[in-house]
Amino acid sequence: MKNIIQHINKAFDHRIRLGIMSILMVNESADFATLKELLGATDGNLASHAKALEAEEYIAIEKQFIGKKPNTSYKATKLGKKAFQEHIEALEKLIKKS
Amino acid sequence: MENEKYLNDLSEIKNLMNRSSRFLSLSGLSGILAGTYALIGAWLAYKTIYFDTSTMGAYKNLVISEEAVIRLLVIAASVAIISLLTGILLSVQKAKKNNETIWNSTARRLVINFLIPLVTGGFFILFLIEKEMLGLIAPLTLIFYGLACVNASKYTIGGVRYLGLTFIVLGLVSTWFLGYGLLFWALGFGVCHILYGSIMYFKYERN
Repeated sequence: MKNIIQHINKAFDHRIRLGIMSILMVNESADFATLKELLGATDGNLASHAKALEAEEYIAIEKQFIGKKPNTSYKATKLGKKAFQEHIEALEKLIKKS
Repeated sequence: MENEKYLNDLSEIKNLMNRSSRFLSLSGLSGILAGTYALIGAWLAYKTIYFDTSTMGAYKNLVISEEAVIRLLVIAASVAIISLLTGILLSVQKAKKNNETIWNSTARRLVINFLIPLVTGGFFILFLIEKEMLGLIAPLTLIFYGLACVNASKYTIGGVRYLGLTFIVLGLVSTWFLGYGLLFWALGFGVCHILYGSIMYFKYERN
């Protein structure tokens, strides 16, 4: 039991962060507007949670210009994908246990 | 209590993975309606081509007047356009109901991947018409439409894959039975659309 809990990742213990990772697992990359719409989050909220994931090196943030508009796109890193996979597996195991 | 949270997390993950990678507002009802239009179109085409029923299958002896060809093209184009409009309209409605925007990245991906095989087939068939190889048109439309559906299915409701596979099989079978193209068209664009549309409708949309 203790072993499983170790894999429950605190970094994903929030709806928005969990959401960002879920989306980036199945999409090569996603931009700010797409994430915002899918998650129904405010600008500031989304930006700060994205930063938290970046600090863990679970996602990579890329800023560029499309024409004159700044565009921020997000990608899951290999480390992030692995951590999230383990997180999901731990969740599943915990539910099966009880 | 804790468990409920984990369960919620998992269903939220699944939901977001689906919504962010697949266009789920595709309406099964539009499949049913498109199939109905196709059957009506097939019936009108049948009346145009075969004045007496005994010529069914005898494609080598079939002579179609220019006027009839134009009528057939009008029927085919009308069915295609009305089906497309119905599909778009019902998808917009479904998206609104689910509080989603209609023209997002998943919709774009779906349309692009659907169009690649379809446009390829379209040009291929136009060239065949130019070279007056008309017999293969019906099987090829079925096959290319099927390939388009299989290709697009990765970006929308999974059932579209089986619709596509059915079309491919129908197309191959109809290559063997040249001359019964209209019959296979009615089976594919009519019956299959209605069948799969109903399955999707009852599986995902009822209530």
